[in-house]
Amino acid sequence: MNLSDAQVREVADLANLELTEDEVRRISHDLSQVLTHIDQLNELDTKNVEPMAQVLHSNAHDGPQTSRGLYDPDETATLREDVPHVCLSNEDALANAPQKGAGYFKVPKVIER
Amino acid sequence: MIDLDNLPSLSISSVHEGLRTKQFSAKELAHAAVDHAQRENPKTNAFVSFSPERALRAAERVDEDLARGLDLGPLAGVPLAVKDVIVTKGVRTTCGSKILEHYIPPYNATALVRLEAEGAMVIGKTNCDEFAMGSSNENSAFGPVHNPRALDRVPGGSSGGSAAAVAQGSAVVSLGSDTGGSIRQPASFCGIVGVTPTYGRVSRYGLVAFASSLDHIGPFGRTVEDTATVLKVMAGRDEQDSTSAFAPIDDYHALMKHPVNGLKVGLPKEYFEGLGSETGEVIERAIGELKSLGCVVSDISLPHTKYALSCYYIIATAEASSNLARYDGVRYSSRADGETLSEMYRRTRGCGFGPEVKRRIMLGTYVLSAGYYEAYYKKAQQVRNLIARDFTNAFAEVDAIVTPVSPFTAFKIGEKIDDPMAMYLSDVYTLTGDLAGVPCMSVPCGESAEGLPIGLQIFTRHFDEETMFRIAHNYERNHS
Repeated sequence: MNLSDAQVREVADLANLELTEDEVRRISHDLSQVLTHIDQLNELDTKNVEPMAQVLHSNAHDGPQTSRGLYDPDETATLREDVPHVCLSNEDALANAPQKGAGYFKVPKVIER
Repeated sequence: MIDLDNLPSLSISSVHEGLRTKQFSAKELAHAAVDHAQRENPKTNAFVSFSPERALRAAERVDEDLARGLDLGPLAGVPLAVKDVIVTKGVRTTCGSKILEHYIPPYNATALVRLEAEGAMVIGKTNCDEFAMGSSNENSAFGPVHNPRALDRVPGGSSGGSAAAVAQGSAVVSLGSDTGGSIRQPASFCGIVGVTPTYGRVSRYGLVAFASSLDHIGPFGRTVEDTATVLKVMAGRDEQDSTSAFAPIDDYHALMKHPVNGLKVGLPKEYFEGLGSETGEVIERAIGELKSLGCVVSDISLPHTKYALSCYYIIATAEASSNLARYDGVRYSSRADGETLSEMYRRTRGCGFGPEVKRRIMLGTYVLSAGYYEAYYKKAQQVRNLIARDFTNAFAEVDAIVTPVSPFTAFKIGEKIDDPMAMYLSDVYTLTGDLAGVPCMSVPCGESAEGLPIGLQIFTRHFDEETMFRIAHNYERNHS
């Protein structure tokens, strides 16, 4: 699998990443090498295999020795009671902002009037 | 005799003995540890920041408790170094990156809150590969770390500074993070103990995200017992991390002293093919010792091992490309000038990230981009399931799996930096543990002829850190 310099520039665009011409050449070389290695996954038939998005809910435990009992998958459910709690103050949240004003993050103008 | 001249060899229990018998105060120990770290830094570059005020504040509390005759917490007065990807309120946290060079977090990571509540003294933040991406600690904006055991060699990565801080003797214990081997491989290269607990065992709140489904916080120490103490304190459910588990935490200290007689240990053949002969011989001897301790050793297979590297580099980079999108010049301290918002984003990220981080953001963005998602990302998630099932199947037959940590010992600084694939192969034996989410650790088991440390890797079932510590502790006691 080879990645052209043009494809690299397209991906850099998606990633909001400014690259020098040198970096484009270097990355297209390196990623082509990595993608060639990655192609080996196509040797595997995964038609009936569930994708594993995370460890605690995975189907990886469908084997003979399950890890269930050590934790209940429900216990890691992402929903909790909707109760207010203390969070960062406006001042703390803005403390690292390169530019701020009137309690907000400042960015270059987005909409022309 | 326990005194401050022994700083580099102190354990948690000898710190406590020294405090109780008034050989030194916590304040004296905090000073000695920070001084030692600062003195060693020109050689190893293990630390990027020091936090003497924070360590002294913790020390004062411990000394007050001692004066009032109160019991010492499990980490009271223990000098702790913290990898610079774990946020420390008021203390700069850089992630080894120029983009966060001036970032001062407004909060503390949960793991750290728990350790400090028990009296740990944070002496400083340790160097690491940028955003924990690397296997040699050469990808840091603050320069490479030198292995205290051989200064011309890498300490391993990405938690190279945390491993070096403990190996050189400045800290008694340290925190690292592991996404593909970043605790076990540097532990192995520096000749210390490093633990990657079960995924979800330790809250990730305050661990700067690299690949969320793979990231773990774990401890380094000079003994198995010390790493177990740190893990025990920081483990357990945290409301701030919905993936942290409720699973009960065993009394590691009591249980690790039980014999390993009759435990079934599997040797996966895929981890022994193509192993350098020197590492292979040392590992063979370690396995012999486990047999002499009464472990029942058998050959097993984890058939999808050879696909782990490909699987990992798709999943980890895909997750990283989205996690690192937040460094956009708006919130986190550094911004490059740009006429438009988009130009500002691009320049900030172009100037702020180093080459390996850019390479991984690019790969991750590519595999998630339109038309490739199914072919790469979904495929990798399916293969991840197969790799996890390999472990589940193996653990139906054996209680633990034992392998080398790395195919080779610490390499020379600069040796692999221009060849990403060669570098990625450093992690070929450690990636699987993160993909499956099982607990795993590295225990020192010998040295090469050149005197470079070699680590033995132990895997156990999800949430069974107890058996892992038991094998490691029995092995360590027998070996020394």
